[in-house]
Amino acid sequence: MEFVTNFLTADIRTATPLLLAALGLVFSERAGIVNIGTEGIMLIGALLGSVGAHVFAAPFMGALFAVLGGALAGYVFAFFTVTLRGNQIVVGTAFNIFALGLTTTLNRLLLAGVKSIPGYRTLAVPGLSRLPALGPILFRWSLPVYLAFLLAPLCWFALYKTNTGLKIRGVGEHPKASDTLGINVFRVRYGVLIFAGMMAGLAGSFVSMGQASTFIENMVAGKGFMAVAVCVFGNYSPLGVMLAALLFGATDALKYRLLPVVGGGYSQFLNMLPYVITVLALCVFAKRSNKPAASGVAYRKE
Amino acid sequence: MGINVKKGLRSVGFPLLSILVALFLGGIILALMGYDVGAAYASQFKGAFGDANAIGETMVQMVPLIFCALSYAVAYRCGLINLGAEGQLYIGAILGALVGARVQGLPPAAHILLCLVAGFVGGGLMGCLVGALKTRFGASELITTIMLNYIAMEFVAWCVNNVPFKDLTPGAAPRMPAVLASARLPIILPGTRLHLGIVLAVVGIAGYYFFMWRTTRGYEMRVIGMNQNAGRYSGMNIRANSVLAMTIAGGYAGLAGVTQIIGLQFFLTEGFSNNFGFSGIAVALLGSCHPVGIGVSAILFGALNAGGNKMQLLASVPAASIYMIQGMIILFAISRELFLWFGKGGGRVLALARRPAKDGGGA
Repeated sequence: MEFVTNFLTADIRTATPLLLAALGLVFSERAGIVNIGTEGIMLIGALLGSVGAHVFAAPFMGALFAVLGGALAGYVFAFFTVTLRGNQIVVGTAFNIFALGLTTTLNRLLLAGVKSIPGYRTLAVPGLSRLPALGPILFRWSLPVYLAFLLAPLCWFALYKTNTGLKIRGVGEHPKASDTLGINVFRVRYGVLIFAGMMAGLAGSFVSMGQASTFIENMVAGKGFMAVAVCVFGNYSPLGVMLAALLFGATDALKYRLLPVVGGGYSQFLNMLPYVITVLALCVFAKRSNKPAASGVAYRKE
Repeated sequence: MGINVKKGLRSVGFPLLSILVALFLGGIILALMGYDVGAAYASQFKGAFGDANAIGETMVQMVPLIFCALSYAVAYRCGLINLGAEGQLYIGAILGALVGARVQGLPPAAHILLCLVAGFVGGGLMGCLVGALKTRFGASELITTIMLNYIAMEFVAWCVNNVPFKDLTPGAAPRMPAVLASARLPIILPGTRLHLGIVLAVVGIAGYYFFMWRTTRGYEMRVIGMNQNAGRYSGMNIRANSVLAMTIAGGYAGLAGVTQIIGLQFFLTEGFSNNFGFSGIAVALLGSCHPVGIGVSAILFGALNAGGNKMQLLASVPAASIYMIQGMIILFAISRELFLWFGKGGGRVLALARRPAKDGGGA
């Protein structure tokens, strides 16, 4: 029993940042934007979260900094890809390189010598957290974790059951038709990119304030790219993304269970697991896909 | 002819403008952080061009940058995005380091050549895998290349820490054994670290030009890159060309890794690549994936890298800050419209983005 509890808590902890970032990506991908800059935005979120929490001695301020920074990054990304119609992959790559430089420099300036910052606090749900087994798995988490898993069904509802969701999907499938119907393609894409930026920022803050206890240079270490993969693997749907993130988390949790079995000398091969799973998942699921028709194509209004 | 000159000037003008703007904005950011921008840029310049040693350092940095840029460019010309140069570089370096350390009794020329081949093969296999996954299963190379980067880095970590690949010298840091003297590239500028690799990189550029613009294969790749359907209807094999392009792209990145090992470091250590795989993308983009453009922009990025180290030393500005400038250079280099936007009054573009909003919903 304890094995299952430990495994699932490790799973959820790893899945949370992937899920947060991927939920934002579902919207921006569905509107036809490929955003591999998520890695860089998460890194910025991780740094700003630590700085905010450290300076104000309050994790809430860290979260606020991270979300606002993410929103700004999403806005700038939108300016370059939507307004200036820059190649989305290239802009994303540039974002990642820029973010690596910015966060490393700022870290040495602002967090030099800081060993630990006030991270996210665990908020046990009164009563329910006492439940045997289910309590620790479901009801003893910090706010971003609850938020991630509550947002998944909400995002599903927003994407499939609301007018706004319909517009977003329309813009990704056929921007020109959407435009003809009076939908402002540019505004929709700005909106989803800002939302995705906020989510990536929050996800980053969970990496530095939830999984670790302070910022470490380049600490996101591919989680942003993995969120993009989770989005593809989850077939661009919020609920699919939730399952995909949990599966990724499970491989990571499995890693720690397998370590004693294979021995320390092969830990690096266990570290490869999530990346290998990503590649395999892409191979298996590439064919049946909700990938929007206008994915990656800038819209030029005539 | 007149038109061509004008066009040529413009093709140099925009990258130059984007560099200046990026340096300017980078300066503002550094100033806001409280650094002495004048001292920072002065030491940057000194570290890149100040004396023979500095110029040597700049050229040393250019070697992996050129190879990685060629890696991106080959794939790009065939319509593929290779974000995996970093991982391909590491696998090439591992094979090169193995051959350099384990194969004995060869004359230098043969040993060096064998190391280079090993590096090309190592990177090429990684590229080939990506191409195969793409053409066989439809797995997007965007993600697979990045995932393979992390897999390769973990593999390097394993190699330098474990038998049979780690250096068994007592007290040695985690690394692979030193490459033998016969496998080391000769220094070509005495008193500096500048090795033969720079010549090999220039040969690499020439090879890229010859292959892409003077062979049938290269022609097919460029057609497919420009318009896949045009390629398909004229009977070209998209799959075979894609796999081959990714293999060559990986091979070039592998050469970046092996030249770094046999020319400069002699030991393979974890994380020895100074983000070359990604900086190489920037070099390729700034040079428009054109052979001459890649060479010229490699000078700039090599200077940034070499100067960055000096800047950290003299002005105590973290060398990583040059990544900010690199990132901005890419952003501005690809957004020519940004300058037109500022030039011709941003109003027109803005007006498009700000259409009368009757729908009221948005996102």
